[in-house]
Amino acid sequence: MITLSCEEIRREISNYLDDDMSPRMRRLLEAHLEQCRKCAVLLDSTHNVLILLADERRFQLPAGFSLRMRQRLAEEFAKTKAH
Amino acid sequence: MQNTLVRESERDNVLERERELIAEILAGNHERYYELIARIERRVYYTAYAILRTEADAEEVSQEAILKAFRGLHSFRGNAQFASWLLTIVANEARMRLRRRREVSLELLKSPESEEEYTPVELAEWREVAVEALAQKELAARLEEALAALPEIYREVLVLRDIDELNIAETAAALEISVPAVKTRLLRARLMVRDYFVARSWAGPARFRKAQR
Repeated sequence: MITLSCEEIRREISNYLDDDMSPRMRRLLEAHLEQCRKCAVLLDSTHNVLILLADERRFQLPAGFSLRMRQRLAEEFAKTKAH
Repeated sequence: MQNTLVRESERDNVLERERELIAEILAGNHERYYELIARIERRVYYTAYAILRTEADAEEVSQEAILKAFRGLHSFRGNAQFASWLLTIVANEARMRLRRRREVSLELLKSPESEEEYTPVELAEWREVAVEALAQKELAARLEEALAALPEIYREVLVLRDIDELNIAETAAALEISVPAVKTRLLRARLMVRDYFVARSWAGPARFRKAQR
């Protein structure tokens, strides 16, 4: 069976996370990951950081943001109704 | 990334509810627009902030994008999520503002795209415990620092794809670049942000502060 090098795995990590690869490539990649701790850690850690980044609890709105937004929208709604 | 089937049926439900809500808003029940944006406003603001890096500009751009989306709601086609559409508008507005800001301050040049392949830092293991030990606030700060350290062209692609969850094609359209360019930048962005985060989180606060001097 053809095997992939660590370098090739590295190039495919992003596509793997996006589930954007052929079934054959996926099999080759997963076979490599089972054998290579280094690449498995690279994939895991990258994936974990992305999960942490996407966590909504991280995003804090400035105080009063929603209120100011609603006020601006209310003005817009009033304008739209007036037309 | 996972549970594709669950997410697809969830997505259908969201789309269905959105279509109803949008129809009502367009019929004149404007106040319901608050409902439409309530769940997304944090992401809207965060996207603007990630690109612009200042709170005041991020708020202004968020407001403008949310207003623009309301005014253009009739042109929204329900084949994508409203969130993706709105986030694309925000990203556009933020990038336009950044360009204008640059015309004023010439010293800020666009970060060039690197042709070289990026080699990530080698780790013996992912130290889950180290992350769990961080207080939520500290963790958020480290993530923010890692994201801020990315050159702009990598940060924007990462924000749109991994935080706003636009798909590759939507990300390409929002940034006006090709699909292969999105993929190339995304790979680098993901590896870099991981490295930056690891460097900031595992060296320990004391060592990190020392390294910064």
